[in-house]
Amino acid sequence: MDDTTASVSLQATAPSRRNRFSDFFVRLWAKKLGVLGGAIVLALLAAGILAPILATHDIHEISVKGRYDPPSMEHWLGRDHLGRDIFSRIIYGAQVSMIVGVAAGALHVLVAVIIGVSSGFLGGKLDLLTQRFVDAWYSFPFLIILLTVMSIVGRGMPQLIIVLGVSYGIVNSRVIRSAVIAIRENDYFQAAFALGSPTSRTLWRHVIPNIMPPIIIIFTVSIGGIILAEAALSFLGFGLPLGTPSWGAMLSWEGRRYMEEAPMLAIWPGLCLTFVVYGINMFGDALRDLLDPRLRGAGN
Amino acid sequence: MRNYVIRRLLLIAPTLFIVSVLVFLSVRFIPGDVIDIMLSHTRGAFSDREALERHLGLDQPFVVQYGKWVYGIITRGDLGTSLYGGHSVTSRVVNRLPTSFELGLIALIISLIIALPIGIYSAIRQDGIGDYVGRSVAILFIAIPGFWTATMVMIFPPIWWGWSPPLELIPFVEDPWGNIKQFVIPAFVLGMLLSGVTMRMTRTMMLEVLRQDYIRTAWSKGLQERVVVVRHALKNAFIPVITLIALEVPVLIGGAVIIERIFALPGMGNLLLDSLSDRDYPVISGINLVLALGIVTINLATDLTYALLDPRVRYS
Repeated sequence: MDDTTASVSLQATAPSRRNRFSDFFVRLWAKKLGVLGGAIVLALLAAGILAPILATHDIHEISVKGRYDPPSMEHWLGRDHLGRDIFSRIIYGAQVSMIVGVAAGALHVLVAVIIGVSSGFLGGKLDLLTQRFVDAWYSFPFLIILLTVMSIVGRGMPQLIIVLGVSYGIVNSRVIRSAVIAIRENDYFQAAFALGSPTSRTLWRHVIPNIMPPIIIIFTVSIGGIILAEAALSFLGFGLPLGTPSWGAMLSWEGRRYMEEAPMLAIWPGLCLTFVVYGINMFGDALRDLLDPRLRGAGN
Repeated sequence: MRNYVIRRLLLIAPTLFIVSVLVFLSVRFIPGDVIDIMLSHTRGAFSDREALERHLGLDQPFVVQYGKWVYGIITRGDLGTSLYGGHSVTSRVVNRLPTSFELGLIALIISLIIALPIGIYSAIRQDGIGDYVGRSVAILFIAIPGFWTATMVMIFPPIWWGWSPPLELIPFVEDPWGNIKQFVIPAFVLGMLLSGVTMRMTRTMMLEVLRQDYIRTAWSKGLQERVVVVRHALKNAFIPVITLIALEVPVLIGGAVIIERIFALPGMGNLLLDSLSDRDYPVISGINLVLALGIVTINLATDLTYALLDPRVRYS
């Protein structure tokens, strides 16, 4: 590892952007589990975007005659307690996970950056106050915050995305704050300050570009957590409305008697959840190793 | 040490204040239509909207309501009254505590039994096959949803072996063995969930310690691997593990809510879910407050233990 870095820096003292990118992919490829994770993430995105094409049946089409049908050429994974096609519902479940994961993940980054940057950059009394609020937020078990707020605002996709995004954002604002504080210690930051650079310029030129690595990391890693949280909430009946093809809702506690009748109903959604979250976490781990220089060579 | 304790306690005061305000507001800011739903849920317990609002204390100014609420908690430990049957929230919560505590404790012990050996082994054989397997298992355990594993445990054993978990709580005083047997399976599912995170953190901490100078010294003295790992590395890696356990308590509580539900254990989690469906907000805020106070206390205790064990913390 040390040798390759040395030779690279000898060949080109200022590597072009293209080189930096290809270098990134070469190193990513070296992390095979990360590549596997990336492939799973791509598969989730593909299934989510192409769901209308991939699904073989209408997911709301009910048939009393076809209840609990075993897998067949017509229904690849069989049919559920209402005679709906399980394969199509699993595919649309990927779409639900993708939408909630990406939307809440993006909102979480926005909230984390706003809180973390203002707290870390401005410091002083504001920082002290904000951090006590974040402390308080950390004092509640995460799932219980989500359950309580969801019971007040009611089931639904937009509510769920906002609640997940904001709650996660407050938690991860700590990561952004410490990144900003680390930047403040640097000479270039002090130099910018000494030269009288206006606050907005310092923020856009020096702070934001340098916190991109942690932003990318928390975005990726949060998606796995958000997908699991959505599934857990829908499982308990506090997430998405009934009838939404969410993997969590398919396993729902209320639907357990159907699973006792047709145990295979319980297998697919759980397997998909595990697979997707596993992939995202593997990918996020590899990304963290690549983007966070402090950890480079430490973990793997 | 005394200065550290004082500094730490000063930090806690505002946190506790904000915690109480958050819990207080979460109930007071219920939208109006929710009051209507509560009214229909309580089925005639209150004559009209105003009676219910008066019961919740919503007819008084915010500051007065908050003051009364906090005063009741501090002086009498009174968390309020349930909307149904007028039970005291404090006694309902206290009744449910032992079950949740037992589940959490057994789960924590199981998670440590699984995680510590694998995490330590992963670190001392870094990049070996064992390390790869260990790390993959850890990430897998983090990815498997606890509610799925629990659901599978409820569905498949009855079909395959005709075994199913008991649906009534077996009290410890009547049948200690039956009671523990009842808790082991749910606790195992919960412990598995936790062990993934613990494994990863143990590995990271162990690796950090193994890179220290004194470990190199121990090696160069020609000490056996067992001595280096157990005497020099483990002793120092264990201090952060205490923090780690404290960090996991919120995750443990969240997981316990789901596990209690699936295995029909009458703990706080089940009480919370029932109260959420019934919109019994005094009970919900009572549980939230008790849990938050518990977590704040655990964090304080951890920080103080840490400072006691590691002098560097006291002077930073």
